[in-house]
Amino acid sequence: MSAVVRLRDVHKSYGAVEVLKGVSFEVASGEVVAVIGRSGSGKSTALRCINRLERIQSGMIEVCGRRVDDAALDLRALRQEVGIVFQSYNLFPHLTIEQNITLAPRRVKRMAQREARELAAEMLAKVGLSEKIDAYPEQLSGGQQQRVAIARSLAMSPRVMLFDEVTSALDPHLTGEVLRVMEALAKGGMTMIVVTHEMGFARRAANRVIFMHMGRVWETGPSSILSNPQTPELKDFMANEL
Amino acid sequence: MGGLSLNYFLYLLQGMGWTVALTLLAFALGGLAGFLVMLARISPVPAVSRATAAYVQVIQGIPVLVILFIVYFGLGILEIDVPPLVAAGLSLTAYTSAFLGEIWRGAVEAVPRTQMEAAECLALTRWQALRDVILPQAVRIATPPTVGFLVQVLKSTSLASVVGFVELTRAAQVINNSTFQPFLIFGTAGLMYFVLCYPLSLWSRTLERRLNVGRR
Ligand SMILES: Nc1ncnc2c1ncn2[C@@H]1O[C@H](COP(=O)(O)OP(=O)(O)O)[C@@H](O)[C@H]1O
Ligand SMILES: [Mg+2]
Repeated sequence: MSAVVRLRDVHKSYGAVEVLKGVSFEVASGEVVAVIGRSGSGKSTALRCINRLERIQSGMIEVCGRRVDDAALDLRALRQEVGIVFQSYNLFPHLTIEQNITLAPRRVKRMAQREARELAAEMLAKVGLSEKIDAYPEQLSGGQQQRVAIARSLAMSPRVMLFDEVTSALDPHLTGEVLRVMEALAKGGMTMIVVTHEMGFARRAANRVIFMHMGRVWETGPSSILSNPQTPELKDFMANEL
Repeated sequence: MGGLSLNYFLYLLQGMGWTVALTLLAFALGGLAGFLVMLARISPVPAVSRATAAYVQVIQGIPVLVILFIVYFGLGILEIDVPPLVAAGLSLTAYTSAFLGEIWRGAVEAVPRTQMEAAECLALTRWQALRDVILPQAVRIATPPTVGFLVQVLKSTSLASVVGFVELTRAAQVINNSTFQPFLIFGTAGLMYFVLCYPLSLWSRTLERRLNVGRR
């Protein structure tokens, strides 16, 4: 019962195109899972199905004991358990960093303004951006904006965090600061599913690696499979990553 | 003869006042209705969105003058007595609601879809997301064309003269009927319209420039 996220035989199509062809995996509490694979293999779709940005055609998804595939799901309750960070940060440009972080706690959890500001300060300290609390997103670098996006998500105290290629839009010299935040989060016991091309991060921080290929979980195991792939497809993929 | 007598000038000025009043009335009511039109157009319920789209198409496909005749004479035949101000106000409100509704829908849709997605991923409701995330950004985008459209509404109020409402154009007609100096009278009226419209156009353009700078 310790699985926070559970997918069983998930099928997802866009029109006639089947993007997920029977995906199954589980993520235990406190586990950090890196999801790797070629572009178009269905990684983003899998994440989007987990917090029901996308509906699935068949199969089962469970998050914290909630059936995500159930039409009667309490969507907002699910979204409070699941945080997600995208490649494109998606901060709210008209709000300050503090307002970006406190909007959801104030609206959804009815938190008082002062308490919310303290929460924002605490979350910003976690991502090393305390001094930016009154800045606007456009005044921040990409790496800083992405760290704010992480802080914004954390402020809702999610049970699991999803990351979709969060460093892919960043200049190489800015990826490190974001990855360090994520590694600290992993060490702190957060349950994380991380879609990434950063093999270094997968090796250092992931308890487990899932290699997706053509809409399927093609190979999975501890991060050692990165050095010792069992399938020719993963071997091929790793050869191209280097 | 020569110039315009003070009395006539004051009469024109009074007409100008009614032009402004009618504009504000149409803009306020039309803005309110236009907001509802915008909300209905972006509704996830297809029937609501489609019915509103039909309303917009109909209003946009009919000259304001014809809408005015329908309201004024049409309701008249039904033995409903419609004062000219009400008829003009109603017609211009309908006209304004359709156009502002579309301008604002465009602005809402110009906000990247990922913004709504991010808000919903933070467990905000659709309404909270609209109010706190989407609309504030849409307002910025919508302000220049909205101010620009205000100029159109203002000029369209001259149509109310046809049903006898004494705004600026009607006032000019009345004076001209007794003085026969169309060039002077309507020239003055035109200048008064210009004095009202030009600052609005300038303002709209300034806003637009500022918006483009802000977006880089
Ligand atoms: N909204 C969509 N509509 C249609 N096809 C989509 C949509 N989103 C993704 N796809 C397709 O689904 C496949 C998997 O996409 P995605 O999950 O984004 O892969 P990945 O994240 O691994 O690169 C791709 O072929 C992509 O073109
Ligand atoms: Mg992707």
